[in-house]
Amino acid sequence: MPEVLKAPLVVEFPFTRSLGPVQSAFLTGLRERVVLGVRTADGRTLVPPVEYDPVTSRELSELVEVAATGTVTTWAWNHEPRRGQPLDRPFAWVLVRLDGADTALLHALDVPGGPDSVHTGLRVRVRWAGERSGAITDIACFEPYEPATDETFAPGGHDGRFEDLVTGIVAPARLDYTYSPGRAQTAYIQALAERRVVGERCPSCRKVYVPPRGACPTCGVATAERVEVGPRGTVTTYCIVNIKAKNLDIEVPYVYAHIALDGADLALHGRIAGIPYDQVRMGLRVEPVWSDEGGHPDHYRPTGEPDADYETYKELV
Amino acid sequence: MPAPRPLRDIAVVAFAQTDHRRTSDELSEVEMLMPVLHQVLAQTGMRTSDIGFTCSGSTDYLAGRAFSFTMALDGVGAWPPISESHVEMDGAWALYEAWTKLLTGDADTALVYAYGKSSPGSVRDVLTRQLDPYYVAPLWPDSVALAALQAQALIDAGDTDEPALAAVATRSRAAAAGNSHAQLRGSVPRGEYAVYPLRTGDCPPIGDGAAAVILAAGERARELCERPAWIRGIDHRIEAHGLGVRDLTDSPSTRLAAEHAGVFERPVDTAELHAPFTSQEVVLRKALRLDEGPDGGVEVNPSGGALAANPIMAAGLIRIGEAADRIRRGESDRALAHATSGPCLQQNLVAVLEGDPR
Repeated sequence: MPEVLKAPLVVEFPFTRSLGPVQSAFLTGLRERVVLGVRTADGRTLVPPVEYDPVTSRELSELVEVAATGTVTTWAWNHEPRRGQPLDRPFAWVLVRLDGADTALLHALDVPGGPDSVHTGLRVRVRWAGERSGAITDIACFEPYEPATDETFAPGGHDGRFEDLVTGIVAPARLDYTYSPGRAQTAYIQALAERRVVGERCPSCRKVYVPPRGACPTCGVATAERVEVGPRGTVTTYCIVNIKAKNLDIEVPYVYAHIALDGADLALHGRIAGIPYDQVRMGLRVEPVWSDEGGHPDHYRPTGEPDADYETYKELV
Repeated sequence: MPAPRPLRDIAVVAFAQTDHRRTSDELSEVEMLMPVLHQVLAQTGMRTSDIGFTCSGSTDYLAGRAFSFTMALDGVGAWPPISESHVEMDGAWALYEAWTKLLTGDADTALVYAYGKSSPGSVRDVLTRQLDPYYVAPLWPDSVALAALQAQALIDAGDTDEPALAAVATRSRAAAAGNSHAQLRGSVPRGEYAVYPLRTGDCPPIGDGAAAVILAAGERARELCERPAWIRGIDHRIEAHGLGVRDLTDSPSTRLAAEHAGVFERPVDTAELHAPFTSQEVVLRKALRLDEGPDGGVEVNPSGGALAANPIMAAGLIRIGEAADRIRRGESDRALAHATSGPCLQQNLVAVLEGDPR
């Protein structure tokens, strides 16, 4: 079996999220170096604050300021920080219960002394980020706090009302993959490099699938017998594209068609050229025009043969 | 109050799983999945067209592609259209949906499958994307880090210590020596710290794999299987989503699901727990009272559990399948199966399976 193909695949996009009123106040507060919690009906203060009581599901709205100091309730030592994490040197993950809060906040603890100087119960304080935008990362991290010598961090009694509220966040996300298409599609792509189109036949219903995905969707069995199809085929249906796609150097209007290659039991799609767009029709016989860059054909063009009879391709429309 | 008996007797009548491996580059998802689909069909003598309902569990985030589950559907012969559903969750929850479908009487048989290929991406990073997107995900806390926070909380509470965690790992992988599908078997070193206090040996292997189960109702189950594993109860519950709201040393959602599934009404002899990290087994044993029996007679994870093979999205379904297989083979009469999802045992499903009296 030929070597399996692999290619890097990066999925990256910014998530734009709107905020509820409690989240909005909390993140605006961080921008202003104020930590807010939300009070529940039974008098607990939740930090970070949520829109609904996790126990009663009652809507919450009473905001209260808590201190920027607190106590570590559990921790873990991260000796190899990963991309996107708050610090790029070894740090402790911590849950911190801020003074005045009844629940704990997850964040990083920057502690130069290493894991030996971290313990549950350690007193810590917020280290604010230099530039703040209204996001959880406005807290750069926590750092150990010496109450005897440090300035006080008592809450200022903020009521949670701000001018210029943050109403949304943009959270970038990126994940890196190495994509491998599997056995059937590897063989298909390798044949394309030789300007051949190779499908696979179902051992049960005998249909030939192009491109092959390794299984017959009707019989639910593996397809393994390779069958070269085409190169010629028949337009089974088509549309006229009038909208210019971004980054695509093709003049509109052009025709995009479903093409049943000779010997295939499934139509694939491709662009039709070499004929005025308004003369393309169902039944038109076409052949591939290969690109010098490899991969799929650049487009299909008329062969000049008489059109195929509808009866010969109606099952593939 | 005892849990009510389900409206219909529904059983696991077949189970199959792949060998779980670190990579499976040569196989697409459907190519990896198809052999187990064919195995469960062969166990019952059914064809795909005999199946009343099909439900699957998988996630696009492992594949890095939208609607990735649609490709896997080729493997069940989904065209012309079959009665089918999918959950972006572990296959145990797909089984729950299939069970409710059978309860309604709309179908008498169901095929449930799940698969996950972890090898294309970085699971520790991928799993950060399931976290609270406002307060947590922007910090990219990886799955091992969150499990380590829970482990430290257990150590602080005196519920466990590092040697006890190592013993969980050792026992699991020793049990897996008899499981040819497992990825980590026999003697596995404790390793270096991954995220203190968890060592690499406390963490599950990362791997690719798939599993499938067939459910059948009433007499149909007896026709298809000599000793069906009857689902006497099944329920799933979730914790508050804020990690800092929860008591990480306990799992009230597991306990509640277990009560609703009827776990505590009579002792079980076997428990298949979905505890990807050693520390999570400590939490589950406590929540499920597995160490409280007269002679501690519950056999926990005879398959080796998720510490031996943890194909994401399938590992929970495999717990149900392993428990059912013990019953089908006559090695158990009443077994508990548990599945989890999310950070630090966020969501938990518990099922009780029983064989007919012998």
